[in-house]
Amino acid sequence: MSIDSVFVHKMWNDHELSKMVAGGVPFPMLSDTGGKVGTAFGVYSEEMGVETRGRFIIDPDGIIQGFEVLTPPVGRNVNESFRQVQAFQVVRNSKGTEATPSGWRPGKMTLKPGPDLVGKVWEVWKTDMAFD
Amino acid sequence: MAEEIKVGCARPTGGLVGAEEEKQGSSEATPTPKGKEMKAMIQVGKPAPDFTSPAYLKGNFVSVKLSEYLGKWVLLCFYPGDFTFV
Repeated sequence: MSIDSVFVHKMWNDHELSKMVAGGVPFPMLSDTGGKVGTAFGVYSEEMGVETRGRFIIDPDGIIQGFEVLTPPVGRNVNESFRQVQAFQVVRNSKGTEATPSGWRPGKMTLKPGPDLVGKVWEVWKTDMAFD
Repeated sequence: MAEEIKVGCARPTGGLVGAEEEKQGSSEATPTPKGKEMKAMIQVGKPAPDFTSPAYLKGNFVSVKLSEYLGKWVLLCFYPGDFTFV
């Protein structure tokens, strides 16, 4: 989503993005001319007249589970966004009985918070697990 | 899911769901206090503000409503503008 019109989205997709991604952008390129939606999400900059690089993870109930906002010159890490979605899916599927510790990615162990784990995380989780 | 929209010379615009009704509901006797307009109220664990937005999707101009995606995981990404570099 950006403040560009759908016409400019079409030009960008057809003339540039489709040369990077076969078939072009597969998801809707949203237009927020005027920045109303960006304002509601807190990412519209009045000063610059554009939206900053905000990324929101919204769960199947429409609840915001996480967000990240960067100023324009730095691009995002798509893998990190996917990792976070996968982590939220694990938590949701466990109905909140599991939590994903720092550095978790699919395949790594989760934690089961409860009275028995209090003060015992050090026994099961090591700091090197925070890194890939 | 996304319904096709007619394209004219005016640039199609979207907005927040419910914002229009609010505006119509406020009478002249009770002017909206300053700063009451949609403030950034984003918090994790809270519902995302619903909106409709025109969109370009694989050759078509469509209208997208966030709440149509209930039941799915959504990544909503904002960026400064088309043809920006990163």
